[in-house]
Amino acid sequence: MNAKNSFSMKIDSRSKNESFLRTVVATFASVLDPTVEEISDIKTAVSEAVTNCIVHAYPDTIGKIYINCEITDNTLTVKIRDKGVGIENIAKAMEPLYTTAGEERAGLGFAVMQNFMDYVRVRSVVGRGTTVTMKKNIQVRYGSQKQR
Amino acid sequence: MSVEIKVKDEVLTGYLSGEIDHHSASGLRTAIDRAVEVNMPSLVILDFERVSFMDSSGIGLIMGRYKNLSKRGATLNITGTSPYLYKMMRLSGIERIVKIENKEKKQ
Repeated sequence: MNAKNSFSMKIDSRSKNESFLRTVVATFASVLDPTVEEISDIKTAVSEAVTNCIVHAYPDTIGKIYINCEITDNTLTVKIRDKGVGIENIAKAMEPLYTTAGEERAGLGFAVMQNFMDYVRVRSVVGRGTTVTMKKNIQVRYGSQKQR
Repeated sequence: MSVEIKVKDEVLTGYLSGEIDHHSASGLRTAIDRAVEVNMPSLVILDFERVSFMDSSGIGLIMGRYKNLSKRGATLNITGTSPYLYKMMRLSGIERIVKIENKEKKQ
């Protein structure tokens, strides 16, 4: 059995932090010896969730984004939470190509999270904020000697 | 993140490099739109070969440029997508409106 490992952080909802946050989570997950594709999947899903906080949760203000990451056995769990405006209709928000952010946004954020991760759950209360929980199972490959 | 623009005859090629996310997309958008405004190409090729990361902001960037160029009667093509970038493009269904060349290219 591998020991559980976790970290938490709180950061301002500034767009320049998008790159930092996806890199931090991917680096934390690297102990599971993921493939290049798995790392890309994690970075992309985190980038989408963080961008949602910046664009939608705190549209006219800088708020805090709370990240909690946990590794249990070969599973990475990433929880990204904000205390922003919340989502009125989660099912609608998760529809591919649906966006409220104008022509330059593709409306694919949740679709990417669902396609690139193994589990996605969205909980939201209008006026209170949103929590996105995502899990990725990293395949244990034969010959991998990584200590976790 | 940067874009290098090269123009030959009526073809404008934008060589993108680095990471494309919501933060970097707006600068790329401005640079490409300005180059299109000045050079008035009939074909724009966006080359993704040197792009190391892209989230759905890259799809938004392509869709926005496609709409902009369509209004001018110009065509947009995409090239140099790695299997990883192509995964994102396939998910978005963007191939229905934009031609993607060299998509089988290995990383």
